[in-house]
Amino acid sequence: MFDFLEGYDLLGAFWVTVKLTVFAGVGSLIWGTLLAAMRVGPVPLMRGFGTAYVNIVRNIPLTVIILFTSLGLSQTLGVNLGADTFETINFRLSVLGLIAYTSAFVCEALRSGINTVPVGQAEAARAIGLNFTQVLTLIVLPQAFRSVVGPLTNVLIALTKNTTVAAAIGVAEAAALMKEMIENEAQLILISAVFAFGFVCLTLPTGLILGWVSKKVAVKR
Amino acid sequence: MSSVLYDAQGPRAKRRNVLFTVVFLVAAAAVLWWVITSLNDKDQLAWEKWKPFFSSTEAWTTYLWPGLQNTLKAAALSMVIAMPLGAVLGIARLSDHRWVRVPVSIVVEFFRAIPVLILMIFGVALYSEYTNVSSDDRPLYAVVTGLVLYNASVLAEIVRAGILSLPKGQSEAAMAIGLRKNQVMRFILLPQAVTVMLPAIVSQLVVIVKDTALGGAVLTFSELLASVGPMSGYYGANTIASFTIVALIYIAINFSLTTFASWLEGRLRRGKKSTGAVLPPAAVGGAESTGAGGAGGGIGL
Repeated sequence: MFDFLEGYDLLGAFWVTVKLTVFAGVGSLIWGTLLAAMRVGPVPLMRGFGTAYVNIVRNIPLTVIILFTSLGLSQTLGVNLGADTFETINFRLSVLGLIAYTSAFVCEALRSGINTVPVGQAEAARAIGLNFTQVLTLIVLPQAFRSVVGPLTNVLIALTKNTTVAAAIGVAEAAALMKEMIENEAQLILISAVFAFGFVCLTLPTGLILGWVSKKVAVKR
Repeated sequence: MSSVLYDAQGPRAKRRNVLFTVVFLVAAAAVLWWVITSLNDKDQLAWEKWKPFFSSTEAWTTYLWPGLQNTLKAAALSMVIAMPLGAVLGIARLSDHRWVRVPVSIVVEFFRAIPVLILMIFGVALYSEYTNVSSDDRPLYAVVTGLVLYNASVLAEIVRAGILSLPKGQSEAAMAIGLRKNQVMRFILLPQAVTVMLPAIVSQLVVIVKDTALGGAVLTFSELLASVGPMSGYYGANTIASFTIVALIYIAINFSLTTFASWLEGRLRRGKKSTGAVLPPAAVGGAESTGAGGAGGGIGL
């Protein structure tokens, strides 16, 4: 029944999807945290930059960003991120595009987490004589981090699904393989079911496990 | 200024802020300089590359406007079909009957877990193999199918969260005066829930508009993004200029929708007629399908 799978590297394609998710996830966590720090910080110029970045990037389709990294950055401007083969260039470019896009959402999730901490917490901490670093590391950030596990899980799941957009610039991940297989084999329903199942396997456990974690660590107020 | 993170600032903190500002400005200037020189090296800043968009209407009437029309058409169709479907699924998920609730929950969770692009690719193949939809219409049909399947399940979650957010006393009081289950839903719960979930629905529109671009990049649907290719070919490789204009159009549409959603949210929160509960755009995390449903209106893609 599943002999149409022969000759196709199904696991390899999903492995590329996973790699895209992991690299882009780590990257956007870093860049998103920096952006969030700018947005809640005391320097007006950096706040303005953070706000502008988030509002602009959030409103551009990811497809436009990814296509731009390929047609604009790579082919027009010659930015190849230190890669030389077609395959690695496009892989790195799509990771770059995914990071640029996803970090706007990471930033918003983190910022909303910091905003859920009542001002009274920090005021009480200052009242008992803690200094700025202590207020931040002992009182505010622990509460903020625990409340953003849920929103960040949603961002991670969305990112997993968004990696399929990399197919638009020829990265050989799951959606690209699905398209190729459907063109070559007369097994539409079965092929689609296999790929749907693959994505359900990636996203559902992530949601369940991290959803459980977020309930476990949430600050009850 | 009251923030959880920092106090009103004294002279030392103010001096430090100035230092940060200067360092940030220098870094920003360096990046900007690099961008401008590399654009200049590749001749992308020349007036000829930008002229088509400003000096005549030809670029707009031939490439951008037809593309934009298709984008808006696909988005509007998807929204109009997905909304009633989502309402039905959302209400069915709240049903008292296990045999309704369980299958609907499975369907909703299934379509939420799958990338929109996968659904669209499936749609194209489906229409070409099993129907006689002409090959010109197929991309539009496929895009709308993918968007409807995904967004109906996200909207179902929004509807469900909206109804669940109402105070329990509302349905208890309604049942006490003798309304039936379906009357409670139609006359009492749904009208209140609609105001609660309006902002979330408007921001889901942003996700839909953004996701139509997938059709242009992967399925030969001639929407706004797909007009970049022929346009930059015709005007002599003005790739950067074309992308900039297209991105600006998307930003203009989506930013006005986002702003409208948060205006609506603030207005409903202050309003006296509702319960004051409002589902924030990010409540369900759908979006952003791109789903990136997430934040601020799902991430959705």
